[in-house]
Amino acid sequence: MKKLIISLLISFASTSVFAGSHSPCGVTSGSINILANEFTTYRIFMDEVKSCAGPDADFNVTHSVDHNKLQVAALSANPAEFSAKLVTNGSITPLMNDGLIRPLDDLVAKYGSNLNDNQKITIDGKIYAVAFMANAQHLWYRESILNDLGIAVPSTYEEVIAAAEKIKAAGVMENPYAGAFKSGWNLGQEFVNMYLGHGGEFFKSGSAQPNVNNEKGVAALNMIKKLTELSNPDFLTQDTNAVKEEWESGNVALMHVWNSGAASLLDDEGDQNIKADTRLAPSPTVGGGDKPATTLWWDGIAIATNTSDENAEASFRALVGAASSTDLANNNPNATVWLIKGYTPGDTAGPVVDAASRGTTPYPSFPHMSLMHGALSTELVEFLQGNESAEKALADVEAAYIAKATEQGFL
Amino acid sequence: MNQTINKYSKQIIIVNSIFILFWLTISIFPFIWTLWGSFKVKADFFSRADWTYALSGFNTLIETGATTTIKAYLESWTEGEFGRATMNTMIVTVSVVSISLFLGTLGAYALSRSTFKYTFYILIIALVFRAMPHITLVSGYLFPFFQLNIWGILPTTIIVLVAINQPFTLWLLYSFFKTVPKELDESALIDGCSYFQAFRYIIMPVMWPGVVTAGLFSMMLAYNDFTVTALLLNQHNYTMVPKINAYLGTVEYGGNYMWAVSSVVSATAPLFMIIWFFQRQLISGLTAGAVKG
Amino acid sequence: MPHRTFFWFILPTALAMILFIGLPIVSSFFQSLHIENEQVLMEVENCDPFGCTTNVRVDVEATEKIEAENPLGRFNGFGTYIDRNHLAFDEIREAWDNTSTVGEFKDIVLNLPFYKALLFTLTFCFAVTPPVIVLGFIVALSVNTLAKKLKGFIVFGTILPMIVTPLIGSLVLFWMIDSQGIIGASIQILFDDPNLSLKASSNLTWITLIIYGIWHNTPFAFVVFYAALQTVPQDPLEAAFIDGASRFERVRFIVIPHLYPVATFIMLICLMDNFRVFEPIIGFSAEGVAQSLSWMIYQDLRNENKMLFGSAGATSMLTILGIAFLLTPVLIRTWKEFKTER
Repeated sequence: MKKLIISLLISFASTSVFAGSHSPCGVTSGSINILANEFTTYRIFMDEVKSCAGPDADFNVTHSVDHNKLQVAALSANPAEFSAKLVTNGSITPLMNDGLIRPLDDLVAKYGSNLNDNQKITIDGKIYAVAFMANAQHLWYRESILNDLGIAVPSTYEEVIAAAEKIKAAGVMENPYAGAFKSGWNLGQEFVNMYLGHGGEFFKSGSAQPNVNNEKGVAALNMIKKLTELSNPDFLTQDTNAVKEEWESGNVALMHVWNSGAASLLDDEGDQNIKADTRLAPSPTVGGGDKPATTLWWDGIAIATNTSDENAEASFRALVGAASSTDLANNNPNATVWLIKGYTPGDTAGPVVDAASRGTTPYPSFPHMSLMHGALSTELVEFLQGNESAEKALADVEAAYIAKATEQGFL
Repeated sequence: MNQTINKYSKQIIIVNSIFILFWLTISIFPFIWTLWGSFKVKADFFSRADWTYALSGFNTLIETGATTTIKAYLESWTEGEFGRATMNTMIVTVSVVSISLFLGTLGAYALSRSTFKYTFYILIIALVFRAMPHITLVSGYLFPFFQLNIWGILPTTIIVLVAINQPFTLWLLYSFFKTVPKELDESALIDGCSYFQAFRYIIMPVMWPGVVTAGLFSMMLAYNDFTVTALLLNQHNYTMVPKINAYLGTVEYGGNYMWAVSSVVSATAPLFMIIWFFQRQLISGLTAGAVKG
Repeated sequence: MPHRTFFWFILPTALAMILFIGLPIVSSFFQSLHIENEQVLMEVENCDPFGCTTNVRVDVEATEKIEAENPLGRFNGFGTYIDRNHLAFDEIREAWDNTSTVGEFKDIVLNLPFYKALLFTLTFCFAVTPPVIVLGFIVALSVNTLAKKLKGFIVFGTILPMIVTPLIGSLVLFWMIDSQGIIGASIQILFDDPNLSLKASSNLTWITLIIYGIWHNTPFAFVVFYAALQTVPQDPLEAAFIDGASRFERVRFIVIPHLYPVATFIMLICLMDNFRVFEPIIGFSAEGVAQSLSWMIYQDLRNENKMLFGSAGATSMLTILGIAFLLTPVLIRTWKEFKTER
C-alpha cells in the first residue's frame, strides 16, 4: 500500500512539473544503440545523451570513422542493429533514399517542446531529423602579419590572393595560404565551395544530369589553382589536420578550414604566440558573388525505421534531451556552434553565424550528390598538377559521374 | 670440416658487418624514432617547423615543464580506454591462431597425402581466393551480417579472419607436410591406425616447428588487421588497430595524434616480446619445411 | 588417401573458405553484372536550420515497387566492365579513331582511371618484387655468417618492418619524409635543393612508395630465405670447397639452385600482395598521383556515401584475373612438379 502511494506521488509530481509536455530524460524501458561519427564534440554530446538516458537505460554507442559505410547496411536489417544514427546533411540522403529513417513528428510533439523550430529538419512536410549543431569552413588569419603589411582582412578570394601574394613578396612566408586540398573528399569539397560561391548548380534542374563543365566551373577551378600556387607544394597531400599542423608551426598566414577546428587550434598546447595571433573571419565571396564560397553543415539525430516503437521512443528521448539541453550548450560554448535553445554563442561561432545570415548554401542534399562529390574527388587532380586543362578536367568529372550514376539507376 | 668452410676472410667479415649495420639502421630506425617521439608532445613529434624539436623536446618543455612526458600513455589508457582494446586483441589473436591452425593442419595434411588431381585444383582455388581484395569481401559481409544480427561481435570477426587467412596457412602448411616422409604415417596405417590417429599421434609431434611458423603468420594477421576489424566490430569490441585509427580522427575534425603514437608503441611492445620469444621456433620451423615452396 | 577420409579432413577449412570467400566472390560477380533499378526522383520542400529550399529526393514508395519486381536490379551484362570507369572500350575506340600519334593515344588512355591505376599497379609490382627477393637473399646470406649469439637480435631487428601494422608504419614515415621532417630535410641538404619535396612531384612519390614497398616486404623474403639456407646440404658444399671453388662460386652453383623453389614461393606471394598494393597509398596520402586497382575498389566502397557494389565487384574480378595472369608461369611450373611427384 505504501509503495503504491509513493509511486502515485512520483507520477503525479512528474506530470505536474512537466505539464503539457513529457520530460525526455530518465529512460527506463527500451534499448538505445546509437551509431555516430568519431570526434570530440560528438563525445561531449554523447556524454549528455547518456546522462539524459539515466542509469537504468540500456545504452550503447558506436563511434566509427566508417559510420557512413555502415549506416545503410546497419539500418536495412530488421530489426536494425542501431536504433538511432547521428547524421549530417551529407549523410542523411542515403538513408532517405532507402526509407531507413522514420518521421519524427509525433515524438517531437511529445518530447520536443524545448526545441527551436529551426532544429527540425523537414523533408516534404515531415520531420526526419533534429539538428543540434552547425559547422562551416571559413577564413582564418594571423592578425600581426596582416597588420604589419597593412593588409585589410580579405572579404573576397581575389583579396585573399592579393594578400597572400603581398605576404610572399615581402618575404615573410614562402607559402602563405593553406586549404585542405588533399586529393579525395577534401579536394572535392573545395570545388563544391568554390563552385557554389560562383553561383553554380551541380545538376540540370530537376534531373540527375551533371552540370559542372561550364564557365562557372572553369572559374572555380582557376581560382583553386591560384590558391594552390600560394600553398605548400605538397598541397595535394594535406588534409585539414595537416593544414592545422602548418598553421601551428607558423608557416601559414591565411587558411580556409572548418570552424570545428577552433577548439584544438586555440587550446593551450603548442606555440602560444601563434595561437594568440590567430583570428577567425567570415568566409570570402568569389567572382563578384554575394554568397560566401563555403557550405553550411548541420549535424542531427535520426531514428531508424526498422526498430521497435519502444526502442525508437527510448532513443529519441535520450537524444532529444541532449539536443535541447541549454546546459550542454552553455557549458561547452566553444566546442561547436550549437543550435540549441538558449545558447549564447562562444567567441568562435561568429563566422558560421555570419555565413548562415548571408544566405550561404547548405551542402547540397541531392540523392546523387555523393556520386558527384566522388567524381570531383579524383578527376580534378591532373588539372591542379598542370597536366590538363580545366575544361578537360571538368569533362572527365562529368564522364566519371555519368558512369557511376548510370550504375546507381539515377540516369 | 665444417669449421674450415665457415671460416671467413677479414674483408668479408668487415663488409658483412657494415652491410648488416646499414640494414638494421634502415629497418629499426623508424621504430626507435616512434618510441622516442611518443614521450614528446604533438608540436614536437609532428613539427612542421624543425624536425630537431622531436629530439630536443622544445615544445614539450614549454608545455609540460620537462623534456619528456608520459601524458599520452596515461590518457590513452584511461580516457581512451585502450586497455579494453588490448583485451579484445588478445581474445581475437588467440582464437584466430588456434582455429586457423586446427583447420589448416587438417586440410593441409589431407592435401599433402592425397595423390588425386583435385588436390592441385583445390590449391589453385585457394590461391584465387587469396587474390580477392579484402575490402570487397568485407563490404559484402555487411548486409548479411546485419541481417543475421551477428555484426559487431568478436566471434564473427574471428571466423572471418580465420577464413581470410586460410589460403596462406594452407599453402604454408602444405609445403611443411610435404617434407615429412610419407613412410612415417604409412607404417602407422599398416599398424592399424586410422588416418586421424596417424595425423594426431605420428605426424603432429614432428610438425610442431611448422605449426609454430604458420601460427606466427596468423598471429601477425590477426594482430595487425585493420580492414576487417574496423568495419565488423562495434565500439565495445574494437581491437587495438581500429582503436588507434579512431584516435586519428576524421576529415573535418582533428584527432589525438599523440594518443595514436603512444598506442602504437603500447601495441607493438607485446608483439615484439612474442616475436622475440618465438623467433627461434620461427626460423627452425621454416627450416623444417615451408621452404620447399 | 581415400576420397572419404580426404573429404572429412578438408571439410572444415573448405567450408570456411567457401562460406567467407567463395560465396562473396560469386555474389560480387553477379552484382557486377547488374546495375541498380531506376531511382524515381521527386521534388520536395526541405527545411533545415538555414532555411527552406526545393530539393529532389528519391520517391521511396515508387522505387520500392520497382525493387520488389526486380530485386537483383537491371541486368547489364558486362556493361559495367566496359564503362568509362573500368575498361572504357568506347573511349579507347574513340581515342584510336581521333588521334594520329601513339603518344597522343597513350595520353588519352592513361588518363582513364582504370588504365592509370593499372600502370601504377604493374610498375609497383615489378619494381618491388625483384629487389625484395634479391635484398632478402643478401640479408639472409649475411645474417647467416654471423656469430650465433648475435643472430637472435639481428633476426628480430630485421623482421621489424613486417610486423608493425602498415597503417601506423606509413603514418610515421609520412611525417619523416615531409619537407620539414628528418628524412625530407636531410634529402634537401643532400641534393642542395631547399624546394625539393618528396610529396609534391609524382615521380618522387612513386619512388617513395616503391622504396617503402621494398622496405616493408623484404623481411618476409628474408625469413623464408634464411630458413631455407639452413637446409642447404653440407656435402656438396664441402666437396666444392675441396675442389677449390671460391665462396662466390659455391653460392652461385650450389646455394642458389637449392633455393630456387623457395624463390618461386616468395615470388608467388610477393607478386600477389604487391598487385593488391593499397595501404601505402592511403598512408602516404598519395591518392593524387598514384592509384592502384585496390585503391579504386576502396574508392567505390568507402569514399562514397553509398557503396557502389557493382563497380567494386567489376574491379575486383579484373584484379583476380590480373593476378591469375601474372601467376600463370609460376602455376604451370607447380603443375609440372605436382605431376612428376605423382
